[in-house]
Amino acid sequence: MSIVVTRCPIVKKVAPRKDLVDLTLQCPEIARQAAPGQFVMVRCADFTLRRPISICDARGDLLRLVFEVRGVGTAWLAGVGEGEALDILGPQGKGFELGDPARPVVFVGGGIGIFPLLHACRSFGANATVLLGFRTAAMMALIDDFHAAGVELRLATDDGTAGHHGLVTELLAARLDESPCAAIFACGPRPMLRATAEEALRRDLPCQVSLEQRMACGMGACLGCAHKIRRADGSEIYAHVCTDGPVFDAREVVW
Amino acid sequence: MVITPQLSVSIAGVTLANPIITASGTFGFGREYAALYPLSELGAVTAKAVTLAERPGNPPPRVAETPAGMLNSIGLQNPGVDYFIREELPWLKAQGTIVIANVAGSTVEEYCAVAERLSDTEVDLLELNISCPNVKQGGAAFGTTCENAAGITAAVRQHCTKPLIVKLSPNVTDIAEIAAAVVDAGADALSLINSLLGMRIDIETRRPILTNNVGGLSGPAVRPVAVRMVWQVRKRVTLPIIGMGGVTTWEDAVEMMLAGANAIAVGTALYADPYAPIKIKDGLLDYLRQHEIEDVNALVGAVAANDK
Repeated sequence: MSIVVTRCPIVKKVAPRKDLVDLTLQCPEIARQAAPGQFVMVRCADFTLRRPISICDARGDLLRLVFEVRGVGTAWLAGVGEGEALDILGPQGKGFELGDPARPVVFVGGGIGIFPLLHACRSFGANATVLLGFRTAAMMALIDDFHAAGVELRLATDDGTAGHHGLVTELLAARLDESPCAAIFACGPRPMLRATAEEALRRDLPCQVSLEQRMACGMGACLGCAHKIRRADGSEIYAHVCTDGPVFDAREVVW
Repeated sequence: MVITPQLSVSIAGVTLANPIITASGTFGFGREYAALYPLSELGAVTAKAVTLAERPGNPPPRVAETPAGMLNSIGLQNPGVDYFIREELPWLKAQGTIVIANVAGSTVEEYCAVAERLSDTEVDLLELNISCPNVKQGGAAFGTTCENAAGITAAVRQHCTKPLIVKLSPNVTDIAEIAAAVVDAGADALSLINSLLGMRIDIETRRPILTNNVGGLSGPAVRPVAVRMVWQVRKRVTLPIIGMGGVTTWEDAVEMMLAGANAIAVGTALYADPYAPIKIKDGLLDYLRQHEIEDVNALVGAVAANDK
């Protein structure tokens, strides 16, 4: 695998809701080598820092990036139209180690953390249970895509406007009570990840979590995106989300 | 007439193929960016600061974007000088570029010990980091008074057989005074500026964005400050100056050299464009051709300042 910096045209742009943008880019150099859970660094106008955006999907030469408009950088990015090109660096980071797709596995996603799970769950098809949590039904996204991936989909909303009224981690406990699960893969807000990791630990199940951190270079050089990790010998160090992660074994994450 | 301008510069007796250097802390030990282009394209690589023992660095968040720049408070996370010498330096030297090691510590003794170890290696030059704003002890504390800056420079000079660059802090009243003091104490060259101390606050949580509360401001926002300080120091000292602080384009590099820098370092600009140093080198060459300047050194300090 090699990192590339490339300009690639937006071939399709959809705004599923006002503050959510769904871009498909013609980007063979990155799409062909992207592993589930990896991300790209997108240059935004003259801003000092690129924006890290998880790879939602990679099929053939096409790279799909879905992101929420959060600040000035993503607001600029949301204004770039079909036919225009973006400057993308990637694919970057250590993605999910998915293992044998014939095993029953569970994916847990919350909010904007659901996006990389689409790419990750596809190879499992019906062997994957995908649990997605949102604040409210209006915030749901990619539901049709997850259905099309052939996975078993279960939803939760904080306000009960769709699916289970409550936390996605409650869905996780229920699913794990029902039938065997070989591994858990999670991406979402920190409290959700922590609860997922603790649930996995209680049941002695392998669990991988995708972490977020404020990032600068996205190359492993500046050491900005630190997250505390417990090494096998028990010592704690700062690992870096951009290249040591973003996906970590849940057992090594110090919350 | 088509000329082929000469780009090489000399810093404290070491010849660099061109005046484009990477700034310490922004380029790791070179491995990450070597995946994109040969490091031999660069005049020199300045390695991430090393201390005597491994340092964990500061708790995150460590970075935050600002208007035309960013704050960082990495806190000198590094694997220690011995690891650097054993695991990183042989590879870095093999890339065919000049290597500048950046030396940091909490005490004068620690700086001296690190410098001594690096003196027995293939490192080409040492850069004394007395300007890191992100550590409790040492760092900028050594770089903000003439007495301390001169004291540590003189002490390290005794333990260092390599050419010694001293990296100056901009968080001072008169940088030219500090520059003169470290030159008198035995520095062979100067680099300036390190980052400016800054702060951002989240107005919803009323908490600083950086866990360290404050951090070093870098990027285009600080460039005019850097140009001014290089110009002030150039008027005071004749030693080589490596100018840095927000250099993003070749125009910035030319400006920095006109102010008095013999070479320039690129740091924060790498984050938006990893190829920035290469583009700066190419642009600088074109500028020299267009202006029929045969030697890049002719730019150094060539600003025609106004009388006042």
